[in-house]
Amino acid sequence: MPENIIEVNNLDHSYGDFQAVDDVCFSVKEGEIFSFLGPNGAGKSTVINILITLLPLQHGSVRIAGFDLATQPELVRKSIGIVFQDETLDRDLTVWETLEFHGRIYSLPRRERRERIEEMIRLVELEDKRDVRTRNLSGGMKRRLEITRGLMTRPRILFLDEPTIGLDTQTRMRLWEYIKKVNDSGTTIFLTTHYMDEADQVSNWIDIIDHGKVIAAGTPSKLKDDLGQDMIYLETSNDEASLKLLRELEVVKKANRSTKGLVITITTDGPHCLPIIMEALKDQGISLVSVNLKKPTLDDVFVHYTGRDIRESGAEKLKQIHTRREK
Amino acid sequence: MMAFEFLTVYWRDMLRFFRFRALLFASLVQPALWLALYGAAMSSNFSRFASVLPVPEGSVSVSYLTFLGAGVIALTTLFTSLFGGISLLFDKNWGLLREVFASPMPRSHIIVGIGLSGVTKSIIQVLVIMGFGLLIGVKFFGGYTLLHTILSTFGILIFVGVFSLGFLFLSSAISLSMETPEGLQGVITLLTLPLFFASNALYPIDAFPPVVREASLLNPLTYLINGVRYFAIGSDFYAVGYHYTYMPINVIQSFLALAAFALLMFLVAWRIFKKAVVT
Repeated sequence: MPENIIEVNNLDHSYGDFQAVDDVCFSVKEGEIFSFLGPNGAGKSTVINILITLLPLQHGSVRIAGFDLATQPELVRKSIGIVFQDETLDRDLTVWETLEFHGRIYSLPRRERRERIEEMIRLVELEDKRDVRTRNLSGGMKRRLEITRGLMTRPRILFLDEPTIGLDTQTRMRLWEYIKKVNDSGTTIFLTTHYMDEADQVSNWIDIIDHGKVIAAGTPSKLKDDLGQDMIYLETSNDEASLKLLRELEVVKKANRSTKGLVITITTDGPHCLPIIMEALKDQGISLVSVNLKKPTLDDVFVHYTGRDIRESGAEKLKQIHTRREK
Repeated sequence: MMAFEFLTVYWRDMLRFFRFRALLFASLVQPALWLALYGAAMSSNFSRFASVLPVPEGSVSVSYLTFLGAGVIALTTLFTSLFGGISLLFDKNWGLLREVFASPMPRSHIIVGIGLSGVTKSIIQVLVIMGFGLLIGVKFFGGYTLLHTILSTFGILIFVGVFSLGFLFLSSAISLSMETPEGLQGVITLLTLPLFFASNALYPIDAFPPVVREASLLNPLTYLINGVRYFAIGSDFYAVGYHYTYMPINVIQSFLALAAFALLMFLVAWRIFKKAVVT
């Protein structure tokens, strides 16, 4: 089994009275793509900023690439590459100068540095843009440049903080090709994203954080399975009455309003549940407008754990999960 | 092993300095304008007063424009250096500083790199002012041999460099602590005014109230101007009705005062950089 390349234990962080991170534990295995998901303000950024040494470690222990964050921050810095959430490019430097600057502050010797710059520019296909100032690059090109900058020091772990935010579908697909290539060559990826489909497709492991606590963890398929076999979407002539009725049925685990109609999670498999539900509705004189049966997506998982509203309290769900993954 | 990463910070800052042609042009023309406009206007006034005052036999009398020349060098260096750290505020607000702060490069290298590039800019400016000044009638290096002129120029540049470092470190420290450029502008203006007026850059302060004269002893500008006048004009001259004499010991004291100021400011900046959190 691969070693844990990141180990976080009992991490706390507060800003004044506000506890942003509360006793968080998790680990990342070498070579995997690890997704760290959570709604805005959940404490994600705080955790990342601690791991990449931009915020001081207040309480807890963190080991990254075998180094103790508290006592060997310099060695941690040398082992990681970072792609920040917002753009961090000097708009007045060219593509080449951006990489040259980065290589120099990481003390790469001149010859090696120059070779890697060429290699990196080729990797993300920016050969034509070598002498173009970054202010004149498109959003996708900027992101590719930032990713390649994070990689040029050959880090063991690459932190990608929402790498595809605000990019069109084609660009996102291209970026994922690069990122997978990088991961295939052995670099561990620590990812945050709000695009659940992306997290679902690429991740080996997912942790979901909310209100400063890790509230769910597992492989994407396990997280989806935990939610139930299938999800049923209904539109009825009377949603209010249906909701009340459905919640009393034994096969229904949870019934809620969705953007259009109702969404139901069930205890057994869909094809067997659906007739029971339809029968029950018919008995009450409620007619069905549409029915849809779907496997739960990671979006459903995310909403299940973090609540439907933009900031629903959902306090009853906030039981910290201490993931202990076998070594 | 000696680490030279600060040269990277220096390289980037100089690249930007030469890349922004408008800024480069303005920074060179502005001090020349000071000397040309203010110098020309005030020169005739001061010369009229000074001409009625007797100059002892054997002493050299210098024109107001020559007296002012050293002052403009000092003031230009002060302004340029005080604003020299502002790029850090922009880097911080644009998020660029996160890349640097999360890198293995020690933060002291940022301070040193910004300091060196600021000194380079000041030296370029001072050479332009001196060249322009000589063209419009500033009588620097009067009667000096070529070697004496070259050595004196070095003397001036060393004083300018050390003075500049002190204010660049201060500027970097302030820039990193501020949130907005407007705030920075305010703080720097507040700092500049007393420094500016409690100095002998534009006029002699010998006739000022004792309090102001005492205060000027705490003003690094005073020590820079002493050094520049010593090297550019000489150790014994009359200007604007006052007799100026500089002993070598005064010059050494002035240099040490500037060096102490620079060191103190470096320590202040270092402390602020070490504690700074940029996310």
